[in-house]
Amino acid sequence: MKALSKKNIIKITALVLMLVIVNLLIHNGTIDSYIELNLVLIGINIILAVSLNLIVGFTGLFSLGHAAFMSIGAYTSAVLTRNFASPFLVAILVSGIVASLAGILIGIPTLRLKGDYLAIATLGFGEIVRVLALNYDYIGGAIGFNDIPQHTNWTYLFMMVVLTVVLIDNFIKSSHGRACISIRENEIASEAMGINTTFYKVLAFAIGAFFAGIAGSLYANYFYFIKPDSFGFMKSIDILVMVVFGGLGSIPGAIIGALSLTVISTLLQSIPDLRMVIYAVILFLIMIYRPQGLMGDTEFRLLKKKEVKHNVSSKGE
Amino acid sequence: MSVVKVSNLTKNFGGIKAVTDVSLEIGKGEIIGLIGPNGAGKTTFFNLLTGIYLPTSGEIEFNLNEKVSSKDFKPYKMTQYGVARTFQNIRLFNKMTVLDNCLIGFHNGLNYGVASSLFRLPSYFKGESETHEKALKLLERFDLLDKKDTLAQNLPYGDQRRLEIVRALAADPKLLLLDEPAAGMNPKETADLMDLIKWIREQFDLTIILIEHDMSLVMNICERICVFDYGHLIASGVPEEIQHNARVIKAYLGEEAN
Repeated sequence: MKALSKKNIIKITALVLMLVIVNLLIHNGTIDSYIELNLVLIGINIILAVSLNLIVGFTGLFSLGHAAFMSIGAYTSAVLTRNFASPFLVAILVSGIVASLAGILIGIPTLRLKGDYLAIATLGFGEIVRVLALNYDYIGGAIGFNDIPQHTNWTYLFMMVVLTVVLIDNFIKSSHGRACISIRENEIASEAMGINTTFYKVLAFAIGAFFAGIAGSLYANYFYFIKPDSFGFMKSIDILVMVVFGGLGSIPGAIIGALSLTVISTLLQSIPDLRMVIYAVILFLIMIYRPQGLMGDTEFRLLKKKEVKHNVSSKGE
Repeated sequence: MSVVKVSNLTKNFGGIKAVTDVSLEIGKGEIIGLIGPNGAGKTTFFNLLTGIYLPTSGEIEFNLNEKVSSKDFKPYKMTQYGVARTFQNIRLFNKMTVLDNCLIGFHNGLNYGVASSLFRLPSYFKGESETHEKALKLLERFDLLDKKDTLAQNLPYGDQRRLEIVRALAADPKLLLLDEPAAGMNPKETADLMDLIKWIREQFDLTIILIEHDMSLVMNICERICVFDYGHLIASGVPEEIQHNARVIKAYLGEEAN
């Protein structure tokens, strides 16, 4: 009933239109392969930033190993689509699940750590994954993994971005999501109120890793070729910067952070000498003048208020 | 009928004996006051009651929602067992709204799974609107309804204390533990708090244990007082007895020099 309210129908129509129009533009050549490449990068970064935001921004777990989950997803998908010729949707799903299992596996022992200790532990996890991939010849080792079939297109990308945003947004606005936020706010009180904090931390990690795995899968099946170093420590930092830039604990913030930083980074490619300098200056300025990130958590509050009203008014229906 | 039974409870931290051989029984509907000088072991006793620490020896038994002993205690399970608490230094979820703080209290009665929250299944809408309704009603009873969208950190001090009690009550406890509820309050606020505590006992059918240094509050509303000193339970009885108990006076004021 409520899933088909007027507002939702408008939203769904807008999304479908966007999907169809961009597809048409790609077909008739208005969007050339260079813009398409950047659209894919933006989409993948949005998935990564939104999923990391669930871990860092909402649950308050400072993780520096997000690229490792992406790597696991990318390699899983590469092996499935090249060596086993499995359908892409299956590969996407399995990549997510494998990454998510890795998240649970690494989450259970490390999530008792807090703050910087957790950051170091996840950093170590990221390096372990990278070094394992480097030394495992079945997936190409240091040479990298070649000839991955290109399955990723606008339709898959767009659907996965929407899926990520909608599911994580739904999660955050439920009791389970509130439980995660309460862990960030005060873990002791949260536990005293009956929240199994270990469970929710591992859950946040697993969901975040799931979508990072999907992002990895989309990445592998777009660029034909992956190598362990693409998913190193710097990639994790990149994702974290997008989240902080957009605003910790704000889903629109993560989207805008991923979008703007990807675009800025692309535009700066025309001046390679000063590229990283200007990029760094932009980050500096944002952090000095808007330390809470572009969206801060103001947007988050606005969204929440709407949600509350929606829920209260739904009583009367 | 006793709802809380503490037998020979001891908690050591290395060589420090924080709580030593405490035995205590608490009946349904009582308001018990725990007093004692700083460092006497009152908060450690609370933390033992709420599963944050496990006893070195001895046992705690609750007979609230079900019969449980301290072997099964885990901090997050205590609300299921019917025990909720507030903290000495207020521990609200500062960057969450008053309503959200209250909603967290209802987490215990959560009736839909992770899958239905991700995919917005019908049980999500049903569960959410039910909990919202209950939370709003509860906030209304404590005059916090008009502040429901305020961030907890922006509330005045007294309201923060009240919200912490509301949040604990949302978990539908049978036993409420209040750790220094009147800390930092002026006499007027303390008087209001006394009425509030008596009122919630009637309204929510509670047994209450409170730690407090404010003697006017303790002597006024507690039916029984337990005095701790250096981890020992040195006295227990009605307020008049405690006021005249020699060991209590000694613990607070020391002995006369001779």
